[in-house]
Amino acid sequence: MLINVDGAITKPESAEPGRGPRENPVVVGISMVFMVAALFYFLLPVYILVVAATKAQPELATTSGLVPSSSFFINFGNLIARDDGVYLRWLLNSVIYAVGGAVLGTLLASLAGYALAKYKFRGRESMFNIILGGVLMPATALALPLFLIFTKVGLVNTYWAVLLPSIVSPFGVYLARIFASTAVPDELIEAGRLDGAGEFRIFFTIGTRLMAPALVTIFLFQFVAIWNNFFLPLIMLGDQDLYPVTLGLFAWQGTTKNVPELQTLVLTGSVVAVVPLVAMFLLLQRFWQSGLSAGAVK
Amino acid sequence: MTTTAADVSAGLAPAPSTKSRSGPGKWQPWLFLFPFLIPFVLFYVAPIAYAFYQSLFKIERTGGIFGKPSQVFAGLSQYASVFSDQDFRASILRVLVFGIVQIPVMLLISLGLALLLDSTLVYFKRFLRISFFVPYGVPGVIAAIMWGFIYSPNLSPIVALLNKLNISIDFLGTHVVLWSIANVVTWTYAGYNMLIIYSALLSIPQEIFEAARLDGASNWDIARRIKIPSVAPALVLTGVFSIIGTLQLFTEAKVFTNISTAITSSYTPNLVVLAKAQNNYNQSAALSVTLAVGTFILSFLFLKLTNRRAGA
Repeated sequence: MLINVDGAITKPESAEPGRGPRENPVVVGISMVFMVAALFYFLLPVYILVVAATKAQPELATTSGLVPSSSFFINFGNLIARDDGVYLRWLLNSVIYAVGGAVLGTLLASLAGYALAKYKFRGRESMFNIILGGVLMPATALALPLFLIFTKVGLVNTYWAVLLPSIVSPFGVYLARIFASTAVPDELIEAGRLDGAGEFRIFFTIGTRLMAPALVTIFLFQFVAIWNNFFLPLIMLGDQDLYPVTLGLFAWQGTTKNVPELQTLVLTGSVVAVVPLVAMFLLLQRFWQSGLSAGAVK
Repeated sequence: MTTTAADVSAGLAPAPSTKSRSGPGKWQPWLFLFPFLIPFVLFYVAPIAYAFYQSLFKIERTGGIFGKPSQVFAGLSQYASVFSDQDFRASILRVLVFGIVQIPVMLLISLGLALLLDSTLVYFKRFLRISFFVPYGVPGVIAAIMWGFIYSPNLSPIVALLNKLNISIDFLGTHVVLWSIANVVTWTYAGYNMLIIYSALLSIPQEIFEAARLDGASNWDIARRIKIPSVAPALVLTGVFSIIGTLQLFTEAKVFTNISTAITSSYTPNLVVLAKAQNNYNQSAALSVTLAVGTFILSFLFLKLTNRRAGA
């Protein structure tokens, strides 16, 4: 392939970015080698995990870890049969925590972010800065003191212990404020007021509709944060029926020394837990982009 | 900007024709804010305040070690013992060493990938971008289980491959395991950070590149003189989140305690906090507060430092 570099320079309109290479083939080749290496680095571990989930326990040590075997459905059957189906329960718990926390959290964050973007009031900037401070405050630092408080009020080892703290997303407020200030024109709010609509009605009919893509983004960020959370449930939950799937797999992994057949179940369970999340990820890719660019540019 | 003009007319100078009832009341924004602020105070502000309060006390037993325990005010004495706690100091030092190496390496990878995806040098951009981002969707626990399997001396296909090449590395050994964990963290977040930087690259106006190309600038010139300076704020942001994550390092290390004897119960600061909580809440609260404040100060200093450099 002969690509003339001069052409690109003398005809800048043809050098559209994002249209693929028009450059020196050697440089393109080196760049592609880098990209393929990166592709292997990011995807090969996932492939190895998937392959491991297709193997019976003895095959793990005796056969090549890069070639799939045929035991996936046997493993899967064992996985969901173990301890009266506790694995499915963990999956369901993860869904409850992540969906419940993210739905409520998105609602609260969008209300707050909308107010911070669309009303002028005393204390607005200091309020925003305090909430931003919450972004810098790591959730892990809060888990232990929360445990002490929840012990006093009897919430430890209940669904609430994980759900309640999960509905707070300072980062969601930050995103909602940025999105509301760009997506919701003041003229429309003013028009709603002239029509006699209340402020909440304006928010729920006009605001949420215009902010809809942003709300999906906020929901996604929070969903993943809750789904991946480990420290909080580890501290709060003792009853394995309440575990999210991350904590359940961790508990199983801790006993593989004594119960070796759990090894295949941990690996299979890991694959099963990751698949829906990665699928959601790929389907909703563009929403990530918009959230990340809002975070990056401001 | 039309919005600012509208802001002024809507907020500061109400048109005489509108009735005063039609505008929002003074309390209106707070009605929107309270649903968020109540749980924010309960689950963000209160725990820190409570931890600080707890850290000011100690347990004293009246009448010997079998006596009745009671909480007595201890002032800042818990904090004095925080700094003399060998385990805690060692764990802080460990994550600092970890961060000094891991964060720059990861961000360089992220920046490099983002620049290449934004250049005219590669094919299959969309596919590559999505693939690099996949690890972020893998929960930390599962990422650690997965890499633990890949590091395991007798099950891993990678170790088997290395053995064939006569290379033997014990990924879970005392001296290597910290960097094995660093690799797990890099794997998880490099693509995420890449996407943040890439988004910032997309927002640079295209005319600048055209102008630069007309002036004869090469790809490399454009990357170095235009692109990298333009994404500096994104790099700072990813840097801050990485610093926070490093000091809070927990999940990967905790999962690795199951598979590596090299990881003690005081390997990272958060593991120390958790271990202390088993027998001494007050001391553990003091550790928590110190860690939270330390994290805050370090991210803040980083922001100040990078801001000043960007301004100069």
